[in-house]
Amino acid sequence: MRVAIIGAGIVGASIARELSRYEVEVHLVEREADVGWGVSKANTGLIHAGYDDDPERFPNRARLCVEGNRIWHRWVEELDIPHAWSGALVIAKEESEVKVLEGLLRRGERNRVPELRILERDEALSMEPNLVKVEAALYAPTVGQISPPQAVIALVENAVDNGVKVHLDTEVRGVEVSGEKVRGLRTSAGFLEADIVINAAGLYADEISREVGADYFEIRPRKGEYLIFDEDAGPKPSRVLFPTPSERSKGVVVTTEVQGHLMVGPNAQDLPKEEKDDRSTTPKGLREIYKKASEIWPLPPLNKVIRTFSGLRPEPTGGDFVIRAEDVWGFVNVAGMRSPGLTAAPAVAKEVARILAGMGIDLREKTKWKVRRRGIHGNRAGQGRVICRCNLVREPEIREAIRRMKRIGVKTPSVDSVKFRTSATTGTCQGSFCRIEIASILAEEFNSPLWDVTLKGRGSELGVGDVKVLLRR
Amino acid sequence: MMYDVVVVGGGPAGLAAASESSKLGLGTLLLDENPRLGGILPQCIHPGFGLHCLGEDLTGPEFAHRLIEEVRRSDVEVKTQAHVTSLAMRSDLVKEVTYASPQGTEAVQAKAVIYAAGARERHRFEVGIAGDRVAGIYTAGEAQAMMDLYGVMPGRRVVIVGSGDVGLIMARRFALEGAEVVGVVEMLPYPGGLARNLMILRDFDIPLYLSHKVTEVRGRGRVERVKVVRVDEELRETGEGFWMECDTLLISAGLVPRVKILRRAGAIIDPATGGPVVNDRLETTLPGVFAAGNSLIINDLVDYAVEQGRTAAKGAGEFVRGNGIPTRRWIRVRREGNVRFVVPHMLGGDRDVWLYTRVSRPVEDALVEVPEIGLRRKVPVLKPSEMLRLRIKAEVEGGRVTLVIK
Repeated sequence: MRVAIIGAGIVGASIARELSRYEVEVHLVEREADVGWGVSKANTGLIHAGYDDDPERFPNRARLCVEGNRIWHRWVEELDIPHAWSGALVIAKEESEVKVLEGLLRRGERNRVPELRILERDEALSMEPNLVKVEAALYAPTVGQISPPQAVIALVENAVDNGVKVHLDTEVRGVEVSGEKVRGLRTSAGFLEADIVINAAGLYADEISREVGADYFEIRPRKGEYLIFDEDAGPKPSRVLFPTPSERSKGVVVTTEVQGHLMVGPNAQDLPKEEKDDRSTTPKGLREIYKKASEIWPLPPLNKVIRTFSGLRPEPTGGDFVIRAEDVWGFVNVAGMRSPGLTAAPAVAKEVARILAGMGIDLREKTKWKVRRRGIHGNRAGQGRVICRCNLVREPEIREAIRRMKRIGVKTPSVDSVKFRTSATTGTCQGSFCRIEIASILAEEFNSPLWDVTLKGRGSELGVGDVKVLLRR
Repeated sequence: MMYDVVVVGGGPAGLAAASESSKLGLGTLLLDENPRLGGILPQCIHPGFGLHCLGEDLTGPEFAHRLIEEVRRSDVEVKTQAHVTSLAMRSDLVKEVTYASPQGTEAVQAKAVIYAAGARERHRFEVGIAGDRVAGIYTAGEAQAMMDLYGVMPGRRVVIVGSGDVGLIMARRFALEGAEVVGVVEMLPYPGGLARNLMILRDFDIPLYLSHKVTEVRGRGRVERVKVVRVDEELRETGEGFWMECDTLLISAGLVPRVKILRRAGAIIDPATGGPVVNDRLETTLPGVFAAGNSLIINDLVDYAVEQGRTAAKGAGEFVRGNGIPTRRWIRVRREGNVRFVVPHMLGGDRDVWLYTRVSRPVEDALVEVPEIGLRRKVPVLKPSEMLRLRIKAEVEGGRVTLVIK
């Protein structure tokens, strides 16, 4: 039995890892040069508690979020994923918002979220003395944070250790169907035979689904922008801080992300459905999140921002996750994984295994399945030349990252691949000292000219040739 | 291991400090993070180095070579690939400097520390350029390293943000290698670089856009265009702006002293310079910790960085010999009128010193005064881009010194 998963984001990677425990042949197909570069790359990185989602309107979200949260507690340990179980506070600034908190608490009860409680003003302030304004707060101790790209990398590394094959720089061009049964995928790298196709194509899941005639949903990109501040720029909260949510979104979050930087965002801007590649930040959006976040937390000035980024969330028709086997036998949709998609991913993976079992597929467990994966641990006590001065990343870690990139099948040397594995280039100077040094190590390891090393895949080469190239024309 | 002096940073200021310190008979260790000494000089292949302090016109690598030779001939112990991660005051007399080396994490103790860790460049996120995160966006110094240390051509059509010296020098560098410099975009109503570097724009026919800023970058894998918007006197954006086609965006929006380690050790930082508050020995508010070069103050000439290195070394010598700098009523240098900053911040009144200062905005027929000592000097033009260096005689007494620029 051969399974092809389209999309190596958090969902595809979770499914690959989950299926790797069974006696099936799993192929993970990804159009980007590395794993986790789509929706998973740029989001808030929160493992939500599960009080946000209305179980009547969004039953998949409500159920899989709470279940996913519990599984992540285990997975971060098994897979050595950087994380922080920091807990969260939902801040009511005014008396009028306290009612909303009570609504969240009741919903949390219905969704079986453990350990929620409402705190009074003084209790909230004793937890977070720098809050700008607080009347009451909903305390959700089960909320955590992970680095989503690192989580995807960890899952894929473990999946590969357990026999999963990864096809990077491979774009799916079509799904081959005959006799109401999937036969495989037409890709930019040729035909890939498959009995089962799992569509975890993120923003493009609607387009893939249409290939088998399942056109009942559409994915619209919803942009969210973020600001990250320098590490010593100002006070940082110990917990994830949410404003009181609106109907449409959980609002602009203030948090100390896993690496220790103050981060604020996202906003929510719906884009036309054609603009699934638009990951630009906008001056207006950045001002908007700065203003909103300032309402709950004293932010450093804007010139202490060391990074801005934006991500797209795949907003499905109807708003709930689409997880089901379609009429064409062998085709399973796992689409519309908007928030809390990251949280739900492990539970979604288990749901997919149940769906496959329900289709009569024999999921026999492998006798030997490696449950653990170790991260790259060089860092502070390590040895070797320091490459990234801001985050103290040393040369052996860079080389280990490259070894691991190659092991999962990365073919295009990219600085971003090293960045997500080591945190190099993400500090105060944003790589202005070390990007070229990292590129020269990549060039050596991939036997590539230095100028052909990319920032983030083909089309983003760092240079145009050797320094005399333009004079020779 | 206890040294008299540990110098942090092997650029021009640190090299000068180390050889001077050794000349004074102090046991000196020089730590530098790079595999080779010289700091940023080896990538500065243009001339203009050493005009003041050597009376010669050298390139960066040549100038570095002179300073390195001086250190090599001295008793200074040198450790490269030693990236200092913290400075701790064990007492007012003993400091511990911790550094990451290829062997691991090591620490040394010293009576005095001269901090000369240089500066870093502001990058696109700090100057608020939104848009896509794509290849082709580099700080000017990063592009310089790519071209002149690694032999890589970063792009074909370049827009440069900021008309400071580094940006202008890179404009010439790109033009000389056959690239098209589409324009230099300066937010302020006047250009930022030294007069001799502004000539580059004329020599290579490069358009300068004053009172404009780049607000957005767009592109898929690589920069394709940038949005340029006019700004008013308060630097607020006016109008819709226009797009410039280019494949490379260089950010030359100023340098920031690298003082994280000093700040964490407890040194007071002057918001006007971004560097530490110092007295006329260039001693910070941490006893026996001195600062020099671009981590003290952003210099426009390497000669000044060298001079500060030597001044700091003399101060360190005084500290080591006397087990501290003698107590006195430090005279604060007050600022009046068009003075953005002045360094040193405090004078002892017992010796002649150099004051380094910059104006906040350009002024013609400027009057520079220190009324308390009767110093009065007319200067035809003063620009924020050109540091003014003033000799202050030892006779300053009493409680006040005021630098007035009108």
